[in-house]
Amino acid sequence: MKQKTKTDEEGMRHIISILMENEAGALSRVAGLFSARGYNIESLTVAPTEDVTLSRMTVVTWGSDEIIEQITKQLNKLVDVVKLVDLTEGPHIEREMLMIKVRTSSNDSREEVTRLVDIFRGRIIDVTATSYTIELTGTGDKLDAFINAFEKTPILETVRSGISGISRGAKNLHI
Amino acid sequence: MKLTGADILTRFLADEGVEFLFGYPGGAVLHIYDAIDRQDRIKHILVRHEQAATHAADGYARSTGKPGVVLVTSGPGATNAVTGIATAYMDSIPMVVITGQVPTHLIGNDAFQEVDAVGITRPCVKHNFLVKDVKDLALTLKKAFYVATTGRPGPVVVDIPKDVTADSVDYVYPKEITMRSYNPVVKGHTGQIKRAVKLMAAAKRPMLYTGGGVILDNAHKELAQLAKKLNAPVTNTSMGLGGFPASDKLFVGMLGMHGTYEANMAISNCDLMIAIGARFDDRVTGNIEKFAPHAKIIHIDIDPASISKNVKVDVPIVGSVSDVIKSLLREIKASEFKPNKAAAKGWWQQIDEWRAVECLKYKTDGDKIKPQFALETLYNITKGDAYVTSDVGQHQMWAAQYYRFDKPRRWINSGGLGTMGFGLPAAMGVQLAFPKATVACVTGEGSIQMNIQELSSCMQHNLPIKIVCLNNGFLGMVRQWQEFFYDERYSHSYMDSLPDFVKLAEAYGHVGIQVTKPEDVEAAMKEAFKLKDRLVFLDILTDPEENVYPMVPAGAGLDEMILI
Repeated sequence: MKQKTKTDEEGMRHIISILMENEAGALSRVAGLFSARGYNIESLTVAPTEDVTLSRMTVVTWGSDEIIEQITKQLNKLVDVVKLVDLTEGPHIEREMLMIKVRTSSNDSREEVTRLVDIFRGRIIDVTATSYTIELTGTGDKLDAFINAFEKTPILETVRSGISGISRGAKNLHI
Repeated sequence: MKLTGADILTRFLADEGVEFLFGYPGGAVLHIYDAIDRQDRIKHILVRHEQAATHAADGYARSTGKPGVVLVTSGPGATNAVTGIATAYMDSIPMVVITGQVPTHLIGNDAFQEVDAVGITRPCVKHNFLVKDVKDLALTLKKAFYVATTGRPGPVVVDIPKDVTADSVDYVYPKEITMRSYNPVVKGHTGQIKRAVKLMAAAKRPMLYTGGGVILDNAHKELAQLAKKLNAPVTNTSMGLGGFPASDKLFVGMLGMHGTYEANMAISNCDLMIAIGARFDDRVTGNIEKFAPHAKIIHIDIDPASISKNVKVDVPIVGSVSDVIKSLLREIKASEFKPNKAAAKGWWQQIDEWRAVECLKYKTDGDKIKPQFALETLYNITKGDAYVTSDVGQHQMWAAQYYRFDKPRRWINSGGLGTMGFGLPAAMGVQLAFPKATVACVTGEGSIQMNIQELSSCMQHNLPIKIVCLNNGFLGMVRQWQEFFYDERYSHSYMDSLPDFVKLAEAYGHVGIQVTKPEDVEAAMKEAFKLKDRLVFLDILTDPEENVYPMVPAGAGLDEMILI
């Protein structure tokens, strides 16, 4: 998947939440649509919902209003798509989870990492003699800031979940 | 009573009302072919190549409005069918393609004749299914037909592993189906209908631009009423020809790259464009910045994604074309709409001036057969009432220009994908659907060779198609572009080592006639069409240097046509 940072002329960033039939191939239909029509994907996540017959997918994309309109129309046209909403059209919450493994071979570095984890309200979830693994949840910006904060501590590995989103208030994406 | 998956399939197809199954056997579909042999409700039409099976089913679908049905084996059977599936997809043709698959336990093992048919066809189908359990088979097939034939129609692939066709389960024909994720809109939005009629009432130079959607939705009668009511000129896309009678005085011909002068000029000067079941394809619009620059645009289409895709429109109306036109007619009546007679007079005067240019006139040359003349003769001999299928290239454009279609579903061509090799197998599907009708396949010596093996299928199934081959020894459209835009460097557009088509037709058991002189064209065609129960291959040697005019060069506006 093409990774790109957004700029103003490339249009607004949108978070599109999709409820789809939990069928084999549903994910590839969405991914195939984006690549065939040349749409951008920043991140894409998918998992079953409380109703096991449905999956919920969150696609983060960007483009002009016309492109975003086409993206939502083309997604709606997929036979497996039950319903979708562009979360960025209203107040919403977005979250991403990061797991990061850093080298902590000295007491100093262990202390510094612990301080950073406290400041960012992360959690240390695994420890060895030479490394800490930290879990952090937040917006993409917050995760970026956290990663950038490790100036002296060598980063061994990072993994990010991609964005999940939900609208604020009682409004909901449901069938 | 328990039935095997193979028997369920044939039973289901018969219960669904399927007459013909176009196909080719192979390992993965042997159980199905055995089941076909056990029944007599559906007829299997054996072709010589799977691509032809899909085009034949496509021709059947375009001429009847019913879904075409195809059966092919796994692996190469499925990949050979892909071109035909993509052809149907681009033109929104209802089709159900059943592909055999290796047994479920071998899927993913690179088994013999295994391909990921669902993966390969995904970008060129409306939807596709892999059936992993015989219990799901009947319902999946029902879904396939439902999806293929409703909303914006299109091809649907059902991939069935061999073991599923051997397993047994109780069979009940599912009469009805609902899908929570698939609910095409039919009725147009009332507010939008009102807005559209307001624009119509205010228009001084209205214009109807209609496409394949009118034909797919059988909306030709409603369209004729609307055109009459508005007293507006009507232009058709290549896919839309026959959706409005070509002999009607409101008709200004096809628009676009090879459209008429009057149609393209009217588009460029109208102040209201009503686009119906058309999708603003690049071959239609030319330079999009210069397309209908003075017009407000109303766009009626069943597919929301077609609207404002290429051209931003003022009043979009999503819905079935026939339903929306009916609502428009009701609203026009209710709103005491009166056409602006003075403005209409001026608009029609202007159009008549453009018509006087006679853009379809061509130069005649004593001893060379002009392809336009051959097609005019075809029109006269068949009294304008034949089913005409075509291949792709110059002959296709000339047929669209010179065979004046008065009825829908008579002009069968690959508009969107532009698939050479479409014409002959498509004609097979049409002739099977209408055994008594006159079916002509207009083709060229290049296109016909892309599915020429089907001459054998035509013999087997007694299909008296008339092949009108405009043989100019060139891939004419390629040659024309090379003449205009590549300084006459005719790179590989010459058809060397052509077969003797007369002998070839005879070798397959058909009749072949070669025509070399203009004065023989009429007599040869008369003779050919008199042979009601024989396929006749008319090999007509035409002027190799003739070009299709008018022509809008790539990147130009519609009013910047090259005239002859």
